[in-house]
Amino acid sequence: MQHKHLLGLKNYPAEDIQTIIDTAFTFREVLERPIKKVPSLQGKTIVNLFFENSTRTRISFELAQKRLSADTVNFSASSSSLQKGETFKDTAQNIEAMKIDAVVMRHPTPGAPLHLTQHIDAVVINAGDGTHEHPTQAILDMTSLHERFGNLKGLKIGIIGDISHSRVALSNIFGLKTMGAEVTLCGPATLMPPFAEDLGVKVNYNVDEVIEWAEAINVLRIQRERMGGGLLPSVREYRNLFGITTERLALHKKEIVIMHPGPMNRGVEIDSSVADSDQAIILDQVLNGVASRMAILYLLLGGKQEEGNN
Amino acid sequence: MNISKLSKHVVLKGGTIIDPAAGTEKKGDILIENGKIKFVGKVEAPKSAQVVDCKGLVVTHGFCDLHVHFREPGREDKETLESGSMAALAGGFTRVCVMPNTDPPLDSPESIRYTVDRSEECLVHIHPIGAITKGQNGEELTEMGAMLSEGAVAFSDDGLPVTDSGMMRNALEYATMFDIPVINHAEDLCLKKNGVMHEGKISTHLGLSASPDITESNMVHRDLELTELTGARLHVPHVSSAKSVDHIRKMKKTSNRVTAEVTPHHLFFTDEDLVSFDTNLKVAPPIRTKADQKALIKAVKDGTFDCIATDHAPHTIEEKEGTFDLAPFGMIGLESCFGAVNQVMVKENKMDRVKLIQMLTVKPRRIMGFDHDLFSKGAEAELTILNPEESWIFRKSHIQSRSSNSPYVAHSLTGKIKYTIIKGHITALS
Repeated sequence: MQHKHLLGLKNYPAEDIQTIIDTAFTFREVLERPIKKVPSLQGKTIVNLFFENSTRTRISFELAQKRLSADTVNFSASSSSLQKGETFKDTAQNIEAMKIDAVVMRHPTPGAPLHLTQHIDAVVINAGDGTHEHPTQAILDMTSLHERFGNLKGLKIGIIGDISHSRVALSNIFGLKTMGAEVTLCGPATLMPPFAEDLGVKVNYNVDEVIEWAEAINVLRIQRERMGGGLLPSVREYRNLFGITTERLALHKKEIVIMHPGPMNRGVEIDSSVADSDQAIILDQVLNGVASRMAILYLLLGGKQEEGNN
Repeated sequence: MNISKLSKHVVLKGGTIIDPAAGTEKKGDILIENGKIKFVGKVEAPKSAQVVDCKGLVVTHGFCDLHVHFREPGREDKETLESGSMAALAGGFTRVCVMPNTDPPLDSPESIRYTVDRSEECLVHIHPIGAITKGQNGEELTEMGAMLSEGAVAFSDDGLPVTDSGMMRNALEYATMFDIPVINHAEDLCLKKNGVMHEGKISTHLGLSASPDITESNMVHRDLELTELTGARLHVPHVSSAKSVDHIRKMKKTSNRVTAEVTPHHLFFTDEDLVSFDTNLKVAPPIRTKADQKALIKAVKDGTFDCIATDHAPHTIEEKEGTFDLAPFGMIGLESCFGAVNQVMVKENKMDRVKLIQMLTVKPRRIMGFDHDLFSKGAEAELTILNPEESWIFRKSHIQSRSSNSPYVAHSLTGKIKYTIIKGHITALS
């Protein structure tokens, strides 16, 4: 691995992404065994540092760490001294002083993981930094696509929903572009980042055209708090224009793969029947999430670590 | 930095004298007697005189900055009038105007008097700018007349815009009675929202909330139109975007009531520098694109900008060490100013150095109505001596401010202040 940390997928090397995906498949196989545990990270200590609520990502990481026999500590902002006014720097230095090997961090501010690397020596893995990146989610999405299609090169992927507030979208874009896939973004103009084309993607506001074009779509969660404000008029309007509904999919002959990073708002951005259908690989994504995170932890912390300390 | 009292006689020997008021540059000496200019030309040093060797150096007027934040009263942990004066001396500045967004703000004759009194013991000249509205709330005009009698030199709610166009009109109209500049921090807060950087390609890649260039230029345009309507004097601070430059340039063709300043950091940095997530680059208005930077540089050269102003804005290390969203807006800028602007404008963009020095000396003084013929006999010695060619690395050790929130640290700059002479003292910089 060329980088010590996994902070984001922008400029992350294609060969390393491929290595992670390949390794994830070997761990997938481990996860199918009756005894789902390997000793790879025995003696390593990892702290899950969550400054923002998360259930799935934290559980997925924790499970990945346990399957690899690492020791883990969970730290979440609600139970921490942050509320007592401790600064980010103090928290980081305290963790460093406890001789931790890696930190998995979620933080509401873009750039926070990079900031953390300036304070500590441990490996830092970004589990989502505000509206910036969520690289492990993108890697598990790519692993799932790879599993389904055998290759990412030339694959046509639509990302549907609130793009401008989505770290999942940004990391997916960086990762998929690096791996040679084509990406089209689709969502309300108020939730589309300015200069989106500069990311090397297309933007199309017509979801039917995107479904027609794509081989897979990644449906993003629409947060209810965006509704009824200045950005989106109503759930009804959103569903009419962008909802992935049974009726809408029925208009298209070809069956495309449906992904969702979770948690879903059933009945808002995606219909329950679509989410539960055979064309959805949403639960495969969850399983691949554990396998991909095992791969990332193993590759960044494993036995072959010493040579690549940049 | 070493500060000492001037001897009875001081001779500045063998330097290149740039007189920005006359626009001339020639070799010569300067004799200072009892802290006042005695003679400029060829000087035979009196026996007991203190001689400052200025060979290879430029001797010119002390710099004047129309836009600094010295945080006193209220946030003396960030800066005081005294510590800010040290930062000014380190940057070659002998005269500064302090913005009123202190705590409490300088919005009354009493607070202006306090600042003037406190400044007397400081080693640079400090002029307070009064608030436009009481409490900087944008609702009620301050007692401008009384504040001017106590020593205010201009009015601004800097840090905050006067959002209400009707209130801005009133302020400009009221200020016409006194013929002093009104300075409005131009950012449309409705467009800015929670933006922490310039909205563009870089912000899209970084996922940081951002605000577009028209956040500034919309309000600049409004202010220019209000100036035309009222006949008031408007000074546009820290212009950051190409669009604002266009509006100002156009208005200046028909109006002599408008002046404008640009900061060193908007000339030196671009939004591409923010990929480091360096909170010291979080400023308002934000650092913009390469294209904006180019337009600003052009506007310095063609005279659209009247002066350079640092917008020196100290913040504690604790505040700036936090995450990008929580860090306050602003950077310090006095110590690094000349090295930065001289590098960008003279070294890289071939601007005439006399013209650049005018933008740090005579031109800002004219805007505020300060004396600007500083080489005339009997004038207080208010001088800066600098090496325009010296290339140096800006270090934390060069900072005299009580705060250290500078993104210039570890950057190479061109042009270094060697001595600052003001209020009967000479400051030598290493």
